[in-house]
Amino acid sequence: MEILSALIDGIYQALQPINLGLCIIGVVVGLFVGAMPGLGSVNGVAILLPFTFVIQELTGSATSPMIFLAAIYYGAMYGGAISSITLGIPGASTAVATTFDGRPLALKGKAERALVTAAIASFIGATVANIFFTAFAPPLASVALKFGNPEIFALMLLAFSTFIGLGGDDIPKTIISIALGLVLATVGFDIITGEPRLQFGDPLDFFPATESWIDTTGFSHGIRFLVLAIGVYGIGEMIWTINSTRGNVTMTEANVNFSSVWAAIKAFPRAFKGTFVGSFLGFFVGILPAAGATPGSLMAYGVTKMMSKDKDSYGKGNVNGIAAPEAANNSASTGAMLPMMTLGIPGSPTTAVLLAGMVIWGLQPGPLLFSEQPDFVWPLIGSFYVSNLVAVLVNLAFIPVFLWMLRMPFTILAPMIFVLSVIGTYAAYQNMFDVWLMLLFGIGAYLMRILDYPLAPAVLAIVLGPIAEPTLRQSLLLSDGDFSIFFNRPIAGPITVIALILLFLPLITLIFGKLRGSKPATS
Amino acid sequence: MRVAELVMAVVLALFSCYLMWKSGEGPSWDPSIARFDNIGFDETGAPGAGFWPFWLSLAMLLSCFWIMVNWVRRTSPPSQSDQPYMDGYSWKMMLLVGGGLFAFLGVIEWLGFYAGIFLFLVYYLRFLGKHSWLQTLLIAVLTPVFCFFFFDVAMRIVLPKGLSEPLFLPLYDIFL
Repeated sequence: MEILSALIDGIYQALQPINLGLCIIGVVVGLFVGAMPGLGSVNGVAILLPFTFVIQELTGSATSPMIFLAAIYYGAMYGGAISSITLGIPGASTAVATTFDGRPLALKGKAERALVTAAIASFIGATVANIFFTAFAPPLASVALKFGNPEIFALMLLAFSTFIGLGGDDIPKTIISIALGLVLATVGFDIITGEPRLQFGDPLDFFPATESWIDTTGFSHGIRFLVLAIGVYGIGEMIWTINSTRGNVTMTEANVNFSSVWAAIKAFPRAFKGTFVGSFLGFFVGILPAAGATPGSLMAYGVTKMMSKDKDSYGKGNVNGIAAPEAANNSASTGAMLPMMTLGIPGSPTTAVLLAGMVIWGLQPGPLLFSEQPDFVWPLIGSFYVSNLVAVLVNLAFIPVFLWMLRMPFTILAPMIFVLSVIGTYAAYQNMFDVWLMLLFGIGAYLMRILDYPLAPAVLAIVLGPIAEPTLRQSLLLSDGDFSIFFNRPIAGPITVIALILLFLPLITLIFGKLRGSKPATS
Repeated sequence: MRVAELVMAVVLALFSCYLMWKSGEGPSWDPSIARFDNIGFDETGAPGAGFWPFWLSLAMLLSCFWIMVNWVRRTSPPSQSDQPYMDGYSWKMMLLVGGGLFAFLGVIEWLGFYAGIFLFLVYYLRFLGKHSWLQTLLIAVLTPVFCFFFFDVAMRIVLPKGLSEPLFLPLYDIFL
């Protein structure tokens, strides 16, 4: 009952004109970035985060900027389907599975049916996830209040292990990405001893002659996560998209008017099974760090297809094949917020950026947020419901506008994103050193991405590094350098063991696979 | 792609070694602390300042060796691929877009943000995007104008103007 009244109060706060306005703007921006190939929720949130400082200054609270970014996150989940269906190119990786059936249905001349199915399934998925979030977040936060440094570090270990064990990317490359992000987070000064660390001094550190080559004093303030995030998602991703699309984008026209939308809404119950599977599966996959909306939507698609009696119709325009991934990616995006808000561990790169934003706005994400900052938490949760409703209405009402916007040539969009990335980085820290660094990270990210280096773990690591290192060192200080502290505490112990199992999961799978493979030979 | 996989692993391995070397550096105010003294535990059992970055860099280095082993055994997709790391189009776009961005930042340092945005947009829209002069100039002029009013005037975030600063003085008098 207490939760319900807090929620109603939160929704009321979220409906205040300034918050509602930010919600609507955020959803529209999110729909746009989600729909544009090459941009996704993480790009939108990372590039626009510097601009939220103004919102905080104007409103005097951290709630409004967070509502704005959460609305972008929501909108982007809806928007991804638009380009998947009409262009055949997923607006974001989270909408890849939507392409499987959305594009064939559009090619059959039923683009509006695909778009409406995606919008309604997204709405139902997000609503189910919001209810779960409201129910689970406060009790989880109260359990997490008992967490000390060893427990928090164990959770960090779990987050990184999940990337290695379940991320599905090349393992050594994932480890490099995580380690690189964590090491970059240590640049600057050690917060425990105050010693300067990895400030690079002269570029080669061997020859005094190189001292004046590059001014590296900028490293003294550390490498800010936003510099890496905008570099990776603003510059690297755009160059990647320029090369991967090569300008070959053909758009399917959709006949969108009131009667076609209404007919599609009436036909929606046929997509119920996919929506149901996606809504529930998406939420629980979204909670897992490293999983998030992309694997959530792919799994939901696979499970719905597996459960179907008519498997052959999938990939040819089955509405359940659209509803399942769309419900799942929206549900997972809310699911990813759960560990971020209650434990301070982001479940996806976008929530990592949101978490870093919260730190910048002066909040400490984690269990204390619920007890110490209810004025922040409940309006934000309320805004999830409001954003969801706004997103589905805006999506259905403005489908023709988004289709028109999608016709914007990429050769106009790309330079605008580059300009926004450069200005955004400068505006955040007001120094050109960070802008140059952002560009270098962007180029480096592109060069690494060609070779399948996953970059999301690096962004997550640079955000979590400043939490992981002090908690590890303080835990070891507590135990006189004895690592058993992570195993013999009632909460930290099981988490550490699960983290280690996940860490070695690929090795265990390999050994089991070999054993199973050798059995027929020996029998 | 196969050669690039190895080159990238070697570059990252060298970078890991450099990070390990730098992590072991003691504070400049206390020369009595030898290099690598800070990567273990001190007498109180507390890990030193270099502990975390050093061992993570070592993990990076070992992962680079792992990639090299995979390369020799041809078990990772890039190590099996006979596709080029970047084809002609990719190299061209990389140089034109990446080079354009470096030049963009260079112009910002020299002539300031607004002149930089204008020149970069003209370069990208007209020469890479092949848009008409009218469309190019419209976007290239309106974008910095909008940015000026949004950042300098509304948000009071003064973007650097470089050599073009005197041109903005009358605007400051009117709007700030």
